[in-house]
Amino acid sequence: MTEFWHITAILGLALITLLTRSFFFISERQWQLPDWVQRGLQFAPIAALSAVIIPEIFMFHAEFSLPWTNARLFAALGGILFFVVRKGRGQVVLGTIVVGMSIYLPLHLGLGWN
Amino acid sequence: MFFIKANYSHPSFKLGMKDISSAAPGVAAWGMMIGVAMIQSGMSLFDSILMTLLVFAGSSQLAAIPLLVAGAPLWVIWATAFCVNLRFVVFSAHLRAYMMSSPRWQRLLAAYLTTDLTYVQFALRFETPAQDLSGQRSEQAYLAGNSFLNWISWMAASLLGISLARYIPSNWGLGFAGILALVGVTCSLATSKLKRISCLIGGVAAILFFTLPLKLNILFAIGCAVLSCLSLEMLHIRYMRRFGIGSHD
Repeated sequence: MTEFWHITAILGLALITLLTRSFFFISERQWQLPDWVQRGLQFAPIAALSAVIIPEIFMFHAEFSLPWTNARLFAALGGILFFVVRKGRGQVVLGTIVVGMSIYLPLHLGLGWN
Repeated sequence: MFFIKANYSHPSFKLGMKDISSAAPGVAAWGMMIGVAMIQSGMSLFDSILMTLLVFAGSSQLAAIPLLVAGAPLWVIWATAFCVNLRFVVFSAHLRAYMMSSPRWQRLLAAYLTTDLTYVQFALRFETPAQDLSGQRSEQAYLAGNSFLNWISWMAASLLGISLARYIPSNWGLGFAGILALVGVTCSLATSKLKRISCLIGGVAAILFFTLPLKLNILFAIGCAVLSCLSLEMLHIRYMRRFGIGSHD
């Protein structure tokens, strides 16, 4: 059953998506970020991605997972190796996904690794 | 926006679509997994479709689903989603210089459609904001094309996931393809020594702060990485000045 408050919750979530993604350019007032913040922001994207990826690889049910039965670790390493070999040319992200999944699925489904 | 002619007729529109297309299988697998997760955790069909169509943010949906099903108070659901999305606030500070040349409604709509992948690929293509009109047109067209294809693949995959939820066991781990897409994008971002250090510190800090509530570990990790890299950069510049050596990468 759909309840009315669910719709309110979902509309609020959509508004939060909009608000957080547009946060610093809603207002048109003239202002500039300090120079050191602007330089610092170039390090933010890669840190954010890594902060999402690394726990996904090493943490299982809030526990650190042993590296040698960690299918995700070997899959990610395989993907990175593919990227390095291709030196970032062509459809590397697609290649990273394909190589990674072809390592992950057999280890995960076949051997039952994490 | 994708429906504005100046955008979709611009060559950069296709470039944006081409860039995101290489990550589209990962986006699709992740979107599908979120669709499956919504139904399998007990959300109604109507709620799942509404959430997919309106919220368009995988990680905040994933955080909100169990709270919604458990009947948590609205402010808890919203506060959680806001914290999970705080990284976008950081991204918006970065994107501001690129966006201010467009009218407000276009900025807001473009921002709403800009997910992690679109932001990262955009920042990689346009390292500094264009100062002239043709450069700004190209940036907006790229953003429109990239987010358009991203939105389509996400929506199609999520709705497919909702309709197939009964037949896809969640223990297959298909959602891991989304993480692998992020791995590929991270590799393409690692263009300098300091950025690789930022990557390392961000990852380690995210594990150290893992027990923080509301996924705040991600925000803490970004903060640690950015501050460490800034300090390293300043030390490096000072060192170079003292010994009169040229600039670094």
